[in-house]
Amino acid sequence: MTRIRIILIALGIAALVAAPIGQGNYIIYTLTSWLLFSISAMGLNLTLGYAGQVSLAQAGFMGIGAYVTALLTLAGVPWIAAALISITSCFAVGLLLGWPALRVQHHFLAFVTLAFNTLLFLVLRNEEEITGGSFGLVGMPRPSVFGIATDSNLNFYYFALACFLVSAFVMWWILRSPWGRAFKALRENPIRAESLGLKIRRQTLLAFAIGSAFGGLAGALQSPLVQFIEPGSFALIHSLKLLLMVVVGGAGFFFGPMLGAAVVILLPELLRFTEGYYLIIYSALVIVLMVFSPQGLIGLGQKLWNQFRPRHETRRDMKKGFQL
Amino acid sequence: MQNRVRTREEGNTMFRTLTASAATALALIAMPALAELKIGSIVELSGPGAAAGTNFRDGVRMGFEEINAAGGILGEQVAVTEYDSQTDPQVSRAMVQKAIDDGVVAITGTVFSSSTVVNMLVAKQAGIPQFTGSEAPSITAMNNPYIFRTAFGSQKGVPKMAKYMADEMGVKKVAVVWANTEFGKGGHESFLKEAEAHGFEIVADLPTEQAQTDFSADVVKLKGIEADAAFVYLTEEESARFLREARKQGVTLPLVGETTLIGHKVIELAGDAANGAMGHVGLTPDANIPAMTEMVEKFKAKFNYTPDHNAIKGYTAAYTIKCVAEMVGEADSQAIADKMHGLTLTVAECPGVLMDVSWDETGEMSRESFFVEVQDGKQVVKAILPPN
Amino acid sequence: MAELIQILISGLAAGSIYALAAVGFTLLWQASQTINFAQGEFVMLPAFFVLVGMGLGLPMWPAIGFALILSLLILGALFKKLVVEPMLPHGTLPLVIATIALGLLMKESVKEFYGATAQPFPAIFPQKVYQFAGASVSVQDIGNLAVSMLAIGGLQLFLNRTRTGRCMQASAQNPAVAEILGVDVKRMVMYTFLINAALATIASVLISPIYLAKFSNGETLGLVAFIAAIVGGFNQIRGALVGGLLIGVIDNLSAVYVSAEYRSAMPLILLIAIILLRPQGLLGTKEGRAV
Repeated sequence: MTRIRIILIALGIAALVAAPIGQGNYIIYTLTSWLLFSISAMGLNLTLGYAGQVSLAQAGFMGIGAYVTALLTLAGVPWIAAALISITSCFAVGLLLGWPALRVQHHFLAFVTLAFNTLLFLVLRNEEEITGGSFGLVGMPRPSVFGIATDSNLNFYYFALACFLVSAFVMWWILRSPWGRAFKALRENPIRAESLGLKIRRQTLLAFAIGSAFGGLAGALQSPLVQFIEPGSFALIHSLKLLLMVVVGGAGFFFGPMLGAAVVILLPELLRFTEGYYLIIYSALVIVLMVFSPQGLIGLGQKLWNQFRPRHETRRDMKKGFQL
Repeated sequence: MQNRVRTREEGNTMFRTLTASAATALALIAMPALAELKIGSIVELSGPGAAAGTNFRDGVRMGFEEINAAGGILGEQVAVTEYDSQTDPQVSRAMVQKAIDDGVVAITGTVFSSSTVVNMLVAKQAGIPQFTGSEAPSITAMNNPYIFRTAFGSQKGVPKMAKYMADEMGVKKVAVVWANTEFGKGGHESFLKEAEAHGFEIVADLPTEQAQTDFSADVVKLKGIEADAAFVYLTEEESARFLREARKQGVTLPLVGETTLIGHKVIELAGDAANGAMGHVGLTPDANIPAMTEMVEKFKAKFNYTPDHNAIKGYTAAYTIKCVAEMVGEADSQAIADKMHGLTLTVAECPGVLMDVSWDETGEMSRESFFVEVQDGKQVVKAILPPN
Repeated sequence: MAELIQILISGLAAGSIYALAAVGFTLLWQASQTINFAQGEFVMLPAFFVLVGMGLGLPMWPAIGFALILSLLILGALFKKLVVEPMLPHGTLPLVIATIALGLLMKESVKEFYGATAQPFPAIFPQKVYQFAGASVSVQDIGNLAVSMLAIGGLQLFLNRTRTGRCMQASAQNPAVAEILGVDVKRMVMYTFLINAALATIASVLISPIYLAKFSNGETLGLVAFIAAIVGGFNQIRGALVGGLLIGVIDNLSAVYVSAEYRSAMPLILLIAIILLRPQGLLGTKEGRAV
């Protein structure tokens, strides 16, 4: 890392710490939502942007995380233990789901995850003895960290921020590791990567499972944030929303998912003046963005940047594109 | 052929709605300049609740536009800000928070109980009265002094109907068809409780999916059982599809339900198939209440569609806020909330509520209601059920 | 027995409409690797074109013609020119995202500009019901089944028996070779998109009298078409047809005989089973198209 980057990242973190100070509850709550969706989108980005697989069950994994955490914390288990169990269960489910799907053709993970997400919704709704059915679960406690309660929105924001920074660091570490670097090789040239001895299927499977585990953590945070969960919040449509977040921000870029999550969450606010039309405008913008810059907003930014600095080489690794 | 005429009437809506919504958009933007009294309308404008939410929103809009045209509340113009909850509890909580941060005096919405259950906690913390369109029993069972219903909960509506079924129809064996959503489940649970109290035997219990294309399987099951009546608790559009399929397969047993089975929207959608269905309605344009008929006509003229009960809830919520604020003499959240408990509003003192209505200490409301049967595409009132 | 016949007939009638949507879905996939996540909305929208046409004073049949023309233009030509074509070089993912966004765009536009509540839709068949072996069979059911079968059968004939049809198949199977052999591949792909738009219009006109016209109809229909296409086989028209009929019947059967609460789970379980045991789909051929 160059010195400039370190400074920029330190500034970014400082901005995140300062962001909620003096703000109303709504802003703090929205920022917390953004952190949480960023974590989830970051996980999906690993699956999508680095391993090139489409998962349509990221909201489902958030659901698993949220329900596991809710049930455990309501039973008196401390949050941290509940969260770890949530993350592990999502990882395990990811392995179970991805293994058979990746055994066959390349794009079948998308179909299997789509079916899984819808099935999960049905189970959450129908098994009401455990999950509370369509009435959902209410009143999950917010955790205490080192004796400090996170009941106030501001404290919970810092708690979520800590989780976010840890996840971002873990993600960064994964991508920097030889194992993570292998993905870049894979993306650039799968045939060469395979000939160099990379086990593509195992790599992809692990990426999907880890990506799902990030969804689990996001869900574990959602339970105490909203203090209410119901099956509808984890339906297929929300998985599509997460997919849009990642691609709009820029799949395969480290900061892409965070940007994408910010766009999706803040957009209703920014387009408030358009009354009910914000979703129409948003969806039209996404189509236009995909036509002109399939690498999302960050890709668009880079393109513009390179216009001014023509000597810079464009990213070759993105050119291959992904296959569903 | 009847269908064709009807659709032709509605055809121009696309263009009219465009101009109409552009006009209201302008009106809403223009208002804040002179307005001081803020109301937050938090409703389901996208996601699965959009149909119900849009109705509620339009009801609220129309109510406050009329109020503003007549001089506002206590001489002040009302500025309504609309927030889209996206039918998502998490977002709805954020939106209520936002409305409160924006300084609203009262909140109208949300309609889906799964959202209301969450966001009412935020309104409670801030001490802002909230007029919800939700009907789930749990809403008023949580000791929240700031929540008020705009239609009574299913735990009040269903007993009235069950009593009618037992006393007037002599029902012993009954089948239950319900939507497997938090809405349908509320009604289903209330009905099972009443069925036990009245000694009904439940001979079939049939959950259905929201947005299900084909009701033939459900009707087949209904046909295969022997019952005196079927209790049908689905949303309007599903009710219409269900009634049509029941008609097609020649189901003869009486179908009894709530507003959502026999409301005007259902009759419009189901056509002849709605004839013979009966049920309990809180508010009906055919009950010889001129104010109600007038409201429905105005609504149709303004928004170009037939309002359902959610629109009426929104409309009466607007007038309830106006009347109560004027009774306490100030647009103060706490004063309004305090006054609401144990209050009875009569049409004489507040015509906009359309029917006499009262609220108890929990925010639950009660009102006279009707048992109606659909005959020749019209609701015919068979009995007036006293408030309970 | 009467019960079973009733369920089968209703299931087939509904399933044949799903099949129309599923066939269009597989056509787009074969011709241009487009996984159209807006396919459900493609079936939802033409009904509103019909309603707009009737609102302008057209009688029903001309209004349907009007809807067909609009659909061919918007869902066929414009969709291909403005959305699919510029994105093809970028691979499948951006296109998937764009179709998701397109679905949202269509849904929200109908909601804002036409209305959020369901609209009654005129029936094209007489509303008569006949008793058959104890089951109630409506003219509508039989009509839907017949029209869908004719449409799909006609399409199959067109693809196999006409020169244009064979050129379309060649373009789908191997665009490079087809190009060398003098086939105008771009035009063939355009034909595919037009056919998809036409199928969607037929499906819309058939299903809306039963399902009612509503902005959110595409959510359910799109998912069903998607499942039907995968179950039947992604590279076969016959596959999509069988898939559609199967889903219609299974949905009804499981609601009656298995569990109403899990009725929508059965098609999904079938989907997963197919992917595990026979990934090319029930009637799909193995070689398919290299992905």
